[in-house]
Amino acid sequence: MIRFDRVAKRYPSGREALADVSFEVGAGEMVFLTGHSGAGKSTVLKLIGLVERATRGQVLVGGQNLAGIARAGVPHYRRQIGMVFQDHKLLHDRPVWDNVALPLVIAGVPRREVDKRVRAALDQVGLLGRERGFPIELSTGEQQRVGIARAVVGKPPILIADEPTGNLDPDLALEVMKLFRRFNEVGVTVVIASHDVHLVERFGVRRVALAGGRVVDGDGPGAPAQAPGPSSAPSPASPPAAKPSASPGDARA
Amino acid sequence: MPEQARTAGTRTVGETFGSWLERHAQTLVASLGRLARQPFGTLLTIGVIGVALALPACLHLFVTNARALSGGWESTLDFTVYLDTDVPETAARQLAARIGARPDVEAARLVTAEEGLREFREWSGLGAALDALGENPLPAAIVVRPRVGAAGGVLEQRAGDAVFGPAAGASGAAGAAPGTATGPSPGDAYAAVTALAAELREIRGVAEVQLDTDWIRRLEAVLAALNRAVTIAAVVLAIAVLMIVGNTIRLDIDGRRAEIEVTKLVGGTDAFVRRPFLYGGFWYGLGGGLLAWLVVLLIGAALDGPVARIAQAYGSAFRLDGLGAESAAWLVLGGALLGWLGARLSATRHLRAVEPGTESG
Repeated sequence: MIRFDRVAKRYPSGREALADVSFEVGAGEMVFLTGHSGAGKSTVLKLIGLVERATRGQVLVGGQNLAGIARAGVPHYRRQIGMVFQDHKLLHDRPVWDNVALPLVIAGVPRREVDKRVRAALDQVGLLGRERGFPIELSTGEQQRVGIARAVVGKPPILIADEPTGNLDPDLALEVMKLFRRFNEVGVTVVIASHDVHLVERFGVRRVALAGGRVVDGDGPGAPAQAPGPSSAPSPASPPAAKPSASPGDARA
Repeated sequence: MPEQARTAGTRTVGETFGSWLERHAQTLVASLGRLARQPFGTLLTIGVIGVALALPACLHLFVTNARALSGGWESTLDFTVYLDTDVPETAARQLAARIGARPDVEAARLVTAEEGLREFREWSGLGAALDALGENPLPAAIVVRPRVGAAGGVLEQRAGDAVFGPAAGASGAAGAAPGTATGPSPGDAYAAVTALAAELREIRGVAEVQLDTDWIRRLEAVLAALNRAVTIAAVVLAIAVLMIVGNTIRLDIDGRRAEIEVTKLVGGTDAFVRRPFLYGGFWYGLGGGLLAWLVVLLIGAALDGPVARIAQAYGSAFRLDGLGAESAAWLVLGGALLGWLGARLSATRHLRAVEPGTESG
């Protein structure tokens, strides 16, 4: 579903965020990107979201080489990717409903359907009934769940999250992670960047560790490993979710 | 999320269009609401646009009214043939008939000495002085309207309102109904009329032919220059409106950077992100256009009374012409269009710079 092939990224400032990164994430897989801050986790996610473009190497998502997507095609590409941010990136001048509805409004979904899906998404993150509230009235954990609802409301096949629990206390962080787990269980490919080693270890999912812009553990260049089965790393509450073996890009059918 | 199928592809064209329309309507109203939440800044911008639009509109009105006041070409092409004072009235009538029968003369009307005196008395208000003279100092005159194919019409044909036509001073209201045809250029017409006047001057019994066209030429030149000035002012101020709206939208974009970034992150196209700013510019322009119209109306109302009194003092029924419905519509819609265009130029340029990418991690 997602494939990095000898990817390097140098920012205009000259800083080299990624030196040589190769790994693969299968369709319906959930992967943690780990590493200290500055290791390149955010850059990897930005490359997936086409917020940045690789300086060298190839990034393939759903079989599509992202280098081939022109500027005008980026918005449509991004609608396939749900993005969750550490700072939520909610719009504070409008209510929760409007925040969650934004991707659907952008995609031109009819109003009746928007309402139905917004409520469904809020229900999934446990915030049904808070539609009319403003983000500022919510706790940090709740704000993050609004951000997650916004990321999933368009039913994207891929969900990426950059330090989604960075501002949360351990209990809330665990809850948010379980939320991601649930989306993964219904077939969404999930990539989460987190430096919280303890939290990551509680979930039996594959880790790709980055350091200094390189993969140091989890996936060798050109040799993408399959996700370890649940037996190899017992997870708190997940049955072995049906991991679709469908080809990338086909998982949403 | 049990089914992951995207529904976008299954929508009908009608639904898509309805949804598109709905989005536009929402954005239109939402952008208005946003302006209403910052009343001071909005009113300031609208005020500046309004003044910028009102200026050329007022100049335009000034020129239009000046044209109306100066009259049409017909009355200016008329000229007066003064007869010797010893020509008897019957001979004068024959002469008028002869001139009127010429192929290059449309009409010739005799103004006898008595008629001339009566008209002059009415027009000048010098009745008492004329009475003191004891005898009529005026000669008989023939008011000639040349046939020049037609009178060229650079100036608008508003002879009905004309009070200051050149012939009026000597012979009273000279003009019959203005012709409607258009034809040779004013220059040709003047040449033909000048030739005709020269011929008439040779007729025995003709004392003088007063062909007073210089001042109307000058006036026409002044009006043409003014008209050009109006056009230039309109263009310059239209550019000013574009820049005002453009700058306002630029600041607006700066202030909404976070929102724009988020919108782009969740798949908003440039067009989608730009749309509220375009509607914002539209509202600014529309408001400015309406304000300009109001300003013009107020100025017209303020000047109407004084101008009417001046006209009355000169014995004219002239009244200030306001902006017609069509011109007003042009002003308001033109304002809205300029606002939209300014926003478009600015937003297209500045929104590209707002991208979610920031270096970190």
